[in-house]
Amino acid sequence: MAEAIVITSGKGGVGKTTTTANLGTSLALMDKKVCLMDTDIGLRNLDVVMGLENRIIFDIIDVAKGKCKLKQALIKDKRFDYLYLLPAAQTSDKNDLSPEAMIEMIAELKKEFDFIIIDCPAGIEQGYKNAVAGADQAIVVTTPEKSSVRDADRIIGLLEQEELEPAKLVINRIRNHMMKNGDMLTIDEIIQILSIDLLGIVADDDEVIKASNHGEPIAFQPNTKASIAYRNIARRILGESVPLQSFEEEQGMFTKMKKFFGMRN
Amino acid sequence: MAKNQYVTIKGTRDGLTLNLDDTCSFEQLLHELDKTLSQDDIDVEQSMITVKVQLGNRYLHNDQEEQLRTLIRQKNKLVVQDIESNVITKEQAMRWKEESDMRIITKTVRSGQVVEITGDLLLIGDVNPGGTVKATGNIFVMGNLRGIAHAGYKGNQDAVIMASYMHPVQLRIATLYSRSPDYESDGVYMECGYVDQSEKIIIDRLQIVAKKRPELSGFERSVLNG
Repeated sequence: MAEAIVITSGKGGVGKTTTTANLGTSLALMDKKVCLMDTDIGLRNLDVVMGLENRIIFDIIDVAKGKCKLKQALIKDKRFDYLYLLPAAQTSDKNDLSPEAMIEMIAELKKEFDFIIIDCPAGIEQGYKNAVAGADQAIVVTTPEKSSVRDADRIIGLLEQEELEPAKLVINRIRNHMMKNGDMLTIDEIIQILSIDLLGIVADDDEVIKASNHGEPIAFQPNTKASIAYRNIARRILGESVPLQSFEEEQGMFTKMKKFFGMRN
Repeated sequence: MAKNQYVTIKGTRDGLTLNLDDTCSFEQLLHELDKTLSQDDIDVEQSMITVKVQLGNRYLHNDQEEQLRTLIRQKNKLVVQDIESNVITKEQAMRWKEESDMRIITKTVRSGQVVEITGDLLLIGDVNPGGTVKATGNIFVMGNLRGIAHAGYKGNQDAVIMASYMHPVQLRIATLYSRSPDYESDGVYMECGYVDQSEKIIIDRLQIVAKKRPELSGFERSVLNG
């Protein structure tokens, strides 16, 4: 049974698109048939992050308006046989798409794919409503900032009104040293406020930005913290139980010696 | 025929009580009341007399009540303080019941959501920052109160707000409000907010409520008994 998962957050810039791209890539790495859907019409960039910008001919609005068939608009990924992207339109706006059209497209995609991952635009207006319309499950992305947690809370409230499974949480851009110093909300604090299941935590890593700029989702890289985190999230979606990553910095030989001799850091 | 068949006047310390018979017609009653009150010669020097009207088992419509009030008011030195009746309409009774009822709601009130109820609210769950709970009566939160709680929002200053964990953005009771301090602060456990004599919202241990609002337990008991 295919599953449509919407990635949403309310607030902009918390990493919805990055999460969509990496989750899709991770699932594809596990031999799943995945279709990524960009619903951020007018401000598309999932294609850029995936490095598929130059291949776009038709887009989601063309499909919705019947200008082309769904299959024609799908772009096959450079690296995988079963990772596809349905790009958003850059010239229309969010009102050109309707929830009904989304439901129809997702129903068609479900015949072909195991997972349909929908990248939701920021905000709670038409674009959000379109993105959520055909989804079975929702993943809410937040960062350890108050403003982003507030918006995530609002979105979770809205998602509760939809007929979806309870939303799951991904906490993105975690900076360990700031959490330790109490300058950032801790993971426990965030979960206590939002009171939904945690699906994964992703460290703030320069590599993520570097990889997106190259059009190569970080999940490809074998052992950066962020790529392991995304692959762990994908494994949890598939039902595996994977322990949360620890963010302890690796200790150097010198600190270890100091500890051994009982000296304070 | 006895003169004061339907109207009896009783003098009390606070003024006069008019006991009106509830078995005759309203017209009869007005007629006799008019006669009775006109008979008494009232000393011009006397101060105003407050009158309480006891209707017994008679129900008066609004316009009938107005008629009664104007009649009494026309007489010198009489002021209607109160009209009491043993009966109320079903509608009124339902409203009473609703206002004294406790509603139990189990959910997390998230940012942007407003829960508004008539009567007392027992919320099993959290109120998150940006969320609001409003009740015409008291508010009890079994969970974390991190948003806005507005008790007695139709003007009841006696209403209280209690929470297992009190860390609100704002507390409002009737028309008063208090906000959280501008510096970063921790919440407190098992506390309640109420309005004190200086018309300010005070947050204190919830055990204190027994002294400040003793009527609360009686009220609750009556709710439980229907």
